[in-house]
Amino acid sequence: MSIWKYANPKLFMQTTDRVLPFLIPLTVVLMVVGLVWGFFFTPDDYRQGATVKIIFLHVPSAMLGINAWLMMLVASLIWLIRRHHVSALAARAAAPIGATMTMIALVTGAIWGEPMWGTWWAWDPRLTSFLILFLFYLGYMALWAAIEDPDTAADLTSVLCLVGSVFAILSRYAVNFWNQGLHQGPSLTIAQQQHVADAYWYPLMISIAGFILFFVMMVLLRTRTEIRSRRLQALLARERMA
Amino acid sequence: MIALLVRDLRLGMRAGGGFGLGLAFFLIVAVLVPLGVGPEGQTLAKIAPGILWVAALLACLLSLDRIFALDFEDGSLDLLATAPMPLEGVVTMKALAHWITTGLALTLASPVLALLMNLPGAGYGWLVASLAVGTPALSVIGTFGAALTVGLKRGGLLLSLLVLPLYVPTLIFGAEVVRRGAEGQAVLTPLLLLGGITAGAAALLPFASAAALRINLR
Repeated sequence: MSIWKYANPKLFMQTTDRVLPFLIPLTVVLMVVGLVWGFFFTPDDYRQGATVKIIFLHVPSAMLGINAWLMMLVASLIWLIRRHHVSALAARAAAPIGATMTMIALVTGAIWGEPMWGTWWAWDPRLTSFLILFLFYLGYMALWAAIEDPDTAADLTSVLCLVGSVFAILSRYAVNFWNQGLHQGPSLTIAQQQHVADAYWYPLMISIAGFILFFVMMVLLRTRTEIRSRRLQALLARERMA
Repeated sequence: MIALLVRDLRLGMRAGGGFGLGLAFFLIVAVLVPLGVGPEGQTLAKIAPGILWVAALLACLLSLDRIFALDFEDGSLDLLATAPMPLEGVVTMKALAHWITTGLALTLASPVLALLMNLPGAGYGWLVASLAVGTPALSVIGTFGAALTVGLKRGGLLLSLLVLPLYVPTLIFGAEVVRRGAEGQAVLTPLLLLGGITAGAAALLPFASAAALRINLR
């Protein structure tokens, strides 16, 4: 029994066939409960009013925006080292989801920032590094789309993902340095979470769990699509040969 | 390795190598910005460090796709890959040649353009120093991007999308050195960090570039 046996596309399809019927309803329930509870059944904050409720979208999507890239990094490493095709396809499948999550985090942040900070956008380190992360996602997806041969594309994007990770971390600290002392960002999510009231804590946890499951579900679904399209191409190629 | 460097330099300098193009672009940007922003000396002096660095970065970007594209088309890249010299060495030499034809030239030309941008007097030395320290990183990172996109038909646009996010740390520290220098503050920390990026990129990225080239030449 080893995790590597799921690298077999057939076994992967069979397993996800069995897992998804449970995963999808669970995701929907958690997201609906978390978001509905968060949006409609939590008290308004005494200073921020109803705008505080955007954290139920903002925090989970921001977490996934970063962690999706980490997942792509691990999947790329597995592809480069062990040459499992499912891994490369999973990395490819995760990129648009990560980009979307990053976008959601940026947009919800801007919507929250307008009434709270009085501005849609500030060149705050955290905001800037997220925007740069979004650009990394765009480049990664563009490289996948530009190369025709699937194995070459998988190799090159994996190398890009490794190099990009280093530079994404580097940019994070560079941006920090660049704006130190100019604009002290108001205490963002990490500080808030430490003393957030229970009334916000439980729905937030539920919606984070919902978003994580949503990410897993989408990656599985999209990987299945990729495997199927790969099979289809193989069939078409065989037909042309015959 | 030296022979390869000399060959690349010669190809770069001659007609069609795009040697003057980067410099001309650098000049044009430095002329266009005051036209767009307005000729007030105060404003220009304030944005000069950033504009000069962004212009240098874009000028560098212009010639990136030439690093491998011509050699790839006429097949000499295949010969280089099968030559006894390690591909990492080839990549390093290519990056060095690119730096000498663009980065070094930009560094030497930058004080003149700084004059156009009304950079405060204290900033000139630091501008040259930061460009001298920082532009090698631009060439090395750009070589990696060029290696990734070498087989593609229209790689130019993709190349800039891939490479520009990687340029962010270099740009931030480079412009920071000049800004602090112009304002008479201590510049050692950003300058050292800039040097660190250059050293790290020059030490590690050739391996990634060579790996990408091998994949593309498969």
